[in-house]
Order: sequence, then C-alpha cells, then structure tokens
Amino acid sequence: MESFVTCVRLSAVTLFVCVGGYILLILGFAQLFCPESANGSLVVRSDGVVVGSRLLAQGFTAPRYFWPRPSAVGWNAAGAGGSNKSPTNPDLTVRAKGTVAAFGATPTQPLPAELAAASGSGLDPHLTERGALYQVARVAAARGLPEAEIRELVLRCAFSPGGGLTHSRLVNVLEVNLALDGAR
Amino acid sequence: MDAITLIALVVGGSAALSWPLGRYMRWAMDPITMNRPAARVDRWFRAIGGRAAQAGQDWQQYCVALLVFNVVMFSLSFGFMALQEWLPLNPDGKTALEGSLVFNTAASFTTNTNLQHYSGEVSMSHLSQLCALMWPQFVAAATGIAALTAMARGLAGRPTLGNFYVDLQRATFLVLLPMAVVVAVLNVLGGMPMTLAGAVKALTLEGPEQVIARGPVAAFVAIKQLGTNGGGFFGSNSTHPFENPGFFTNLVSTVAIVLIPMACVWMFGRVVGRVRHATVLFVVMMVLLLAKAGAAFAGENAPTQAFLGLPIAMDVSNLEGKELRFGAAAGPLWAVLTTCTSNGSVNCMHDSLNPLTGLAPMIGMWLNATFGGVGVGMINMFLYVVLAVFLAGMMVGRTPEYLNRRVEMHEVKLAVLAMFTHALFILGGTALFAALPWGAGTLNNTGAHGFSEMLYEFSSAAANNGSGFEGLGDNTVPWNVATGLVMLLARYIPILLPLAIAGSLAKKRATAQSAGTLGVESVTFGVMLLATILFLGALTFFPAAALGPVAEHLQFMK
Repeated sequence: MESFVTCVRLSAVTLFVCVGGYILLILGFAQLFCPESANGSLVVRSDGVVVGSRLLAQGFTAPRYFWPRPSAVGWNAAGAGGSNKSPTNPDLTVRAKGTVAAFGATPTQPLPAELAAASGSGLDPHLTERGALYQVARVAAARGLPEAEIRELVLRCAFSPGGGLTHSRLVNVLEVNLALDGAR
Repeated sequence: MDAITLIALVVGGSAALSWPLGRYMRWAMDPITMNRPAARVDRWFRAIGGRAAQAGQDWQQYCVALLVFNVVMFSLSFGFMALQEWLPLNPDGKTALEGSLVFNTAASFTTNTNLQHYSGEVSMSHLSQLCALMWPQFVAAATGIAALTAMARGLAGRPTLGNFYVDLQRATFLVLLPMAVVVAVLNVLGGMPMTLAGAVKALTLEGPEQVIARGPVAAFVAIKQLGTNGGGFFGSNSTHPFENPGFFTNLVSTVAIVLIPMACVWMFGRVVGRVRHATVLFVVMMVLLLAKAGAAFAGENAPTQAFLGLPIAMDVSNLEGKELRFGAAAGPLWAVLTTCTSNGSVNCMHDSLNPLTGLAPMIGMWLNATFGGVGVGMINMFLYVVLAVFLAGMMVGRTPEYLNRRVEMHEVKLAVLAMFTHALFILGGTALFAALPWGAGTLNNTGAHGFSEMLYEFSSAAANNGSGFEGLGDNTVPWNVATGLVMLLARYIPILLPLAIAGSLAKKRATAQSAGTLGVESVTFGVMLLATILFLGALTFFPAAALGPVAEHLQFMK
C-alpha cells in the first residue's frame, strides 16, 4: 500500500514536470523565436487564406503545375502514410505503369525514379532537380512560356538539403508552383 | 552524402559523445561514492518519495517497487486515452478509441515499446498524446535506466541495489529531461511544429481542401528518440515532414536514437568499476552494429525490382517509402540503428525495403543487445555475458566466474530462461498467427513477404522495439491482445530475471583472481562473447529468416 501511494505521488510529480513544465517551456521558446515554423510553416496568401504548408506536398494534376511524387494516401495531411508494398509486390509495377503513362515517359526519356516511387509519408514536398527539370517541357507548353524561362526558375529554386554534406539538389514543389503563379 | 561519411558522422559522433555522457550518468544515477551537489538533489528526491524512498532495497523489493510503478503508469495511460473524448486539449474533437486498441497502446508505451496500431493524427487528442503517450516515454525509459543501475550495483557487490523511487527520479529529472530540452530546442530550430492548436484547413492551389494536422511535435519527438521509445506523433513517424523536416533534424534524431544506449554501457562499466570490461562490451556491440549497417547499405543500394522493364531511370537506390530530403543513405542507417537499440521510430517504410535489407532490422530485434533499449539493452547484453562465461568455463573445465563471483547453475538457468522466452514469443507468436486467419487475413503483401510482416510484428513486440512492416493491418482484436501481452511479458521477464541473477551473485563471497580466471577484459573474451551472440541468434532464428526475407530474396533474384 505504501509503495502504491509513493508511485501515485511520483506519477503526479513527473506528469507535472515532464508534461506541464516541459511542454510550456518548449512551447514558449517555439512561439517566441520560431512562430512561423512552430505553427506548421503555413503559406498564407495576401488575403489571409492558407494555401498549404511549405513542408507538405499537396496534389497537383494540372499540366501547368509541377507534379509531386506519388502518394499512397492522396496527399492527406491528416492521415499520412506510405504504400508499404514490398519491391516484389506486383501492385507496385501496376502503379508505376500508370505513372509512366501519365508522364508520357519513354525508353529514350526515362522517368526519374522518385517520380514513380511513393514516399514514406505520402507528403514528401520535394523532387530532385532532375525530377523537376523532367517536367519543364510540359509546364512550359501548358503555360505558353519559353522552356528556358521555366528551367531557369527551377534552377533558382533548387537547394542542397544538407548544405555541403549532400550532393543532390532538391526542389520544393509547392514553392516552385507558387513562383510559377507569381511569374504569370 | 555517401554512406561512409554518414556512418562516420553519426555513429562516430554518438560514440564520442557517449563517453562523457556515461560519466555524467554514473554521477547522476549512482552518486553514493561521489559528493556534494548530487547529494542535495537526492534529498529532494527522497522527500518526494516519502518514507519508502529512504532505505536501500534488495532485489525483490526493488522489483516490487518497479512493478507497482509500472502498473500505475499503465493505468494512468489507459485512463487518459479511454476518457479522451471528455478531457480538455482536444481541439479536433477526437472520439473514443476501441478497447483492445487502448489496451495495446497503454501496454506499448508502458513497456518502452511504442508499437502503434493507431495513427496519431487520426485518433489521438493532444492530451492523449502528451499524458498517455509522452509522459510514459519519460518514465518508462527511466524505469529501464533505473533497472540497469540496480543490476550494476548488485554486480558491484553493494549491500543493496539502491532505491527504485530515487533512481526513477534521477533518471527522469537528471538524465532524460535536460537532454530532451536540448533536443527539443534543436527540433524547433529545425522547423518542427510546436503548438497546441488544432488542424488547419488549407485551400490548395488546384482547389481541393487539405486538412493539415499539427500539434506539440518538437517536444514529443525529442523524448521519443532519446528514450528509445520511437512512438511517433504522426502515424507515419519520422518520415512525416512535420516530425522530421529536413536533413539536419534527421541527423539530430539519428544521434539521439543511439546516444543514451551507448552511454549506458559506460555507466555500467563505471558502476561495477570495470571500464575496460565495458570497453570490450562496447566494441562487440559496435562490431555488430557496423556489420548490420554495412549489410543494409549494400541491400538498399539496388533499385526497385518493381520498376524493371519500365521506362524508369534505374540509376538510383530503392526510393519506395523514402523521403528525398534525408539523402539516400539515411534510410538504411536509421533502420539499423532504430532496431539495434529498441527505438522503433522509422524514417523510411521498412515494409518497402528490399528483402535482404529488411532482414537487417529483424536481426537487430532478434539479438536485441546491440546497445539496445535505454538501460535494458545493457541488461540483455549481461544475459549473453552470463552465457558466454558459462560456455567458456565449460570449455576449460573450471567453475565460471563473472566480476569475481561464481556463476553457477541457478544463474545460468535464469539467463537461459530469459533468452528462451524472447525466442518463444517471436517464433511461437508468428507460427500461431501464420496458421490462423488472425494473421493471414491482415497482410498487405502476399507470399514470403506476408510471412515477414507477421514475423516482424512479433519480433518488434518481443524486443520492445515498436517499428513494423506497417502494411500489416494490425489494429484487430487478436493482434492488439496478442502483441499487448507479448510486450508486457517481454518487458518485465528480462528485467526481473537479470535482477534476480544480480541479487543472487551479490550474496556470494568474492573469489580471488587467479591465473586460471577467465578475464572479461581481454580480446579473447570479446571474441567468445561475439561468437555466443551470433551462434545463439543464428540457431534460434535462421529457419524463420529463411522462410521470410531470404525466401523472398531468392524468389526476387529469378
């Protein structure tokens, strides 16, 4: 009985400090110093409407936009997830065939692999620079703009996620699409 | 970044940091022979603990205190979740959860497993996330550190194992909480959300609405990684851009996964006063870790088999289930680290790993002592040590000794029993579910990979890991009940039996070192220990591995 009372008291103290105190401390720090990312890195239009989060992919299907990687959950930011299919599962091949058709990839112009592979969260906001450049011709045609202009925009948006530590360069799909709409 | 640089940075960096941390943890957890400031803090801890926290405990009393506290933890966690509908901090109006799911989740977080049969952003209110899930992430991890400290005291021949109530507070307030604050601040700076507000609705550029779930993620993720917990705020864990926004948060998380488990080895060595012995253990664990990481890199470097013959560029590694921002090598390294330790968070979907890569995390959970969970990983390694000194003693025909005390039939029996239950839960559970519709009806992949999904699930529950081949439809009553029970038994049996061994060894008279004593600080002993781990693991689990990942790989090579 004594040990039970002691354990209840320990639970109360640890709950108070490790949940109450700790959360308030970190919450205060975050809201004070990084309010933008602490609230979800939201992108807000000038009229106050939230159009998405810089960190999260959203579905793009119109030819005038860059398309993100496939998502097993339909870019659901309130229920993220991957396909969880094994590489030996024929379902993956079927899905990839559909993606290949949508992009019109051919053996001479093979599709960059990330555009056929669903991400773990289904919300990967990035493409490789190569994956974005692959779509330049389509976007340019749909917008009636010269390809060079779109290509330059992509290269301007590309960044190295690890600074000097990573070789590959990535492009944030929502940001490049916002830039496109802004450039229109 | 290439694989070698990443390994050198993460594993080398963590190993370097673990040395001073181990020193600090010894100071924080076992200050008896040390002085001043710790003694003052200890007075508060004794005051909070009350009368029960004043005296030292023998191994039975220590175990009872540990179990009672864990029962209270389980009950509170269960209560917060079961009542979430009516409790505050529920901005998105989450409703009640199904009973067997609440049982499974409470068992999962109490046992430091964090197997998740629910999806955080879908099912849990903020209050449930914080009080039913994040609070146990502190105190369940602290339970493990306390148990290791107690075991080490027994092996050092102290008159008592210490006091659980004081040890729990030391581990929570002096070790886990300060480190969590540091990591949480780094997480905030790395871009993780930290808010108590609910989901926000976004109007996407093409029109459809996107509901964006948010929450106090940065603080939650810090203790999730440090305490080898692994239960994510979101269902997709550290693949989610809010839970792991970029390359640098990924590095911080990866280091946080292995840091305390590594430091536990040094702390153990310092409490028993044999740092050279701890070095041997550390090196054996490191050899196993690097071997698994190497195998995983090699396996995952191959492109996806599924895209063969299609007009898709095959010059990159398997990207299914992976996020681009971490770099190609980050997935397999994390998969190995999270299963070497009993963390269980993921930054890529293990179900979509190439078949042989998927074997590497399973081996991690089967051996369960490559640094392992906070505290308990070193306890598991102690069981292997007992078996290794016993086998070595048999080979040279002498009564085996460990740290100057005779290891006899009683101790070896207990060690074998603990090992045996681990294997029984994994193999028995998988066999049962493979034979019944309980398992076969819930698979996301067919054939050998489907078998692997069940094998992984029971391995994860029995190793208190918590990762999964997440395609498995595991939120069913049979899965919830079976894995819930396995997690509970597989948590407390391998804590209680080693404490019993330590208690029994502590009572024996110390023997004098002689020329015939097997030194536990030598390379020979390291090799003996490594061989014991490998042979025991291979003999137990090779048949299951052959039916799952190996069969799938051979089929895939056609």
